[in-house]
Amino acid sequence: MIADNPRVGFFSRLAQPGYFLDWSRHMILPLAALCAVFFALGLWFAFFNSPADYQMGNTVRIMYIHVPNAWLSQFAYGVMVVASIGSLVWRHPLADVAAKTAAPLGATFTAIMLITGAIWGRPTWGTYWVWDGRLTSSLVHLFIYLGIIALWRAFDDPVRAARPIAIITLVGAINIPIIKFSVDWWNVLPQPASVIRAGGPTMPAAILTPLLVMFGAYTLLFLVLHLAAMRTELARRRITALQARTARSQAGTPA
Amino acid sequence: MRTLAALFTRDFRLATRTGGNTLTVVLFFALVAILLPFAIGPDVALLQRLGPAIIWLSALLALLLSLDRLFLDDHRDGSLAAMRAGPVALEWVVLVRIFGHWLTTAVPIVLVSIPLAPLFNFDFELLFALLVALMAGTPALAANAAIGAAITVSLPRGGLIAPIVILPLAIPVLIFGVAAADPGAGAARGSALLFLAGYSMLVLVVAPIAAALALRSGAE
Repeated sequence: MIADNPRVGFFSRLAQPGYFLDWSRHMILPLAALCAVFFALGLWFAFFNSPADYQMGNTVRIMYIHVPNAWLSQFAYGVMVVASIGSLVWRHPLADVAAKTAAPLGATFTAIMLITGAIWGRPTWGTYWVWDGRLTSSLVHLFIYLGIIALWRAFDDPVRAARPIAIITLVGAINIPIIKFSVDWWNVLPQPASVIRAGGPTMPAAILTPLLVMFGAYTLLFLVLHLAAMRTELARRRITALQARTARSQAGTPA
Repeated sequence: MRTLAALFTRDFRLATRTGGNTLTVVLFFALVAILLPFAIGPDVALLQRLGPAIIWLSALLALLLSLDRLFLDDHRDGSLAAMRAGPVALEWVVLVRIFGHWLTTAVPIVLVSIPLAPLFNFDFELLFALLVALMAGTPALAANAAIGAAITVSLPRGGLIAPIVILPLAIPVLIFGVAAADPGAGAARGSALLFLAGYSMLVLVVAPIAAALALRSGAE
């Protein structure tokens, strides 16, 4: 067994799919409990123990949901890029699974960010949507996620899909900063005055604490969901393989 | 070099002779560009303002339409497997293919946009800016199309999924392409054109590597 072989490195052992299924089973519950604690603490801070903004009033509390989702929208793509490098360089099946399962999570967190941003924008700017640089590139980011999900669904065999999709994920990673830059440039050209004002360099601790706790809570949520999704995907592949084997043996043809 | 020249000649003949799709692509481009004013209305001043955007969008759609032709036929009849085993690195084959594709689809589109100019009331200066912008930006579109085509080459119905994946990558080309021919942009035009050319060069480096990698992995 790889898990017992002393010559196999620590990370290789961790990443061996069977061994991964074994250790990740014991990780999910503690991580989920920790995540719940962070959420309870963060939400308590956000709702009861942080000041309302002197201009925006209570709507500033949307920030505690919105900003961590914006972070995860980037973080999930980072996970996909790292996993794609793993797929391309080491052809590791666990990297394929990690890349595949991070895409729907990233799309969901990006969508939540856009929706909470629109809800926040309505009372603050008086409109749900402006074609601002940051909003527009977030929307494009969502469609990059959706395109990658659609590509995963287009392939019959997820094992064959992994490498082409890893390539497009990396091409996307090169393009995302360029798209962001060009959208900013495009937005400045017709209307010099930007709608979003930077939040100011100094942020009081009363706002920073709940925000950081919520960052932790959402990052933990991503880890829990990603681990669970990877386990589900591995189980799904195992079932497909078993079904194929059963079908072959029932057909009675020697392979 | 001789091999690459032979490859280019082959691609060029396949695209321009019977069964090639240059005429289809150009007609599609012209029809979309003529159709959009019907949706917008016959306001000449408005059409002149939107003209560069209309031409760029039509060119983008027409180039997406012809994306299947890049690798699919060669994948099906086995030529691609021969090229993979051939003496020239697959990256060069892809680059030659991108150039041939650009020459037989994008350049005719650029030429056909000249007779379309009076329909949008372009003056000579604006038309010239638009043509230069199209020449600078369409290589990036062709190279991105090659990435999309290479990734979906093993799919039985890859035609629709590839545009979905590569359309977001066309955003910089659209933004800077339209800005480089925007009647109201003034001095920003020059910098937009430079950025557009730079982006094309970057994509022309990335695309052959990415597409060749995808074509190799698709064969395993």
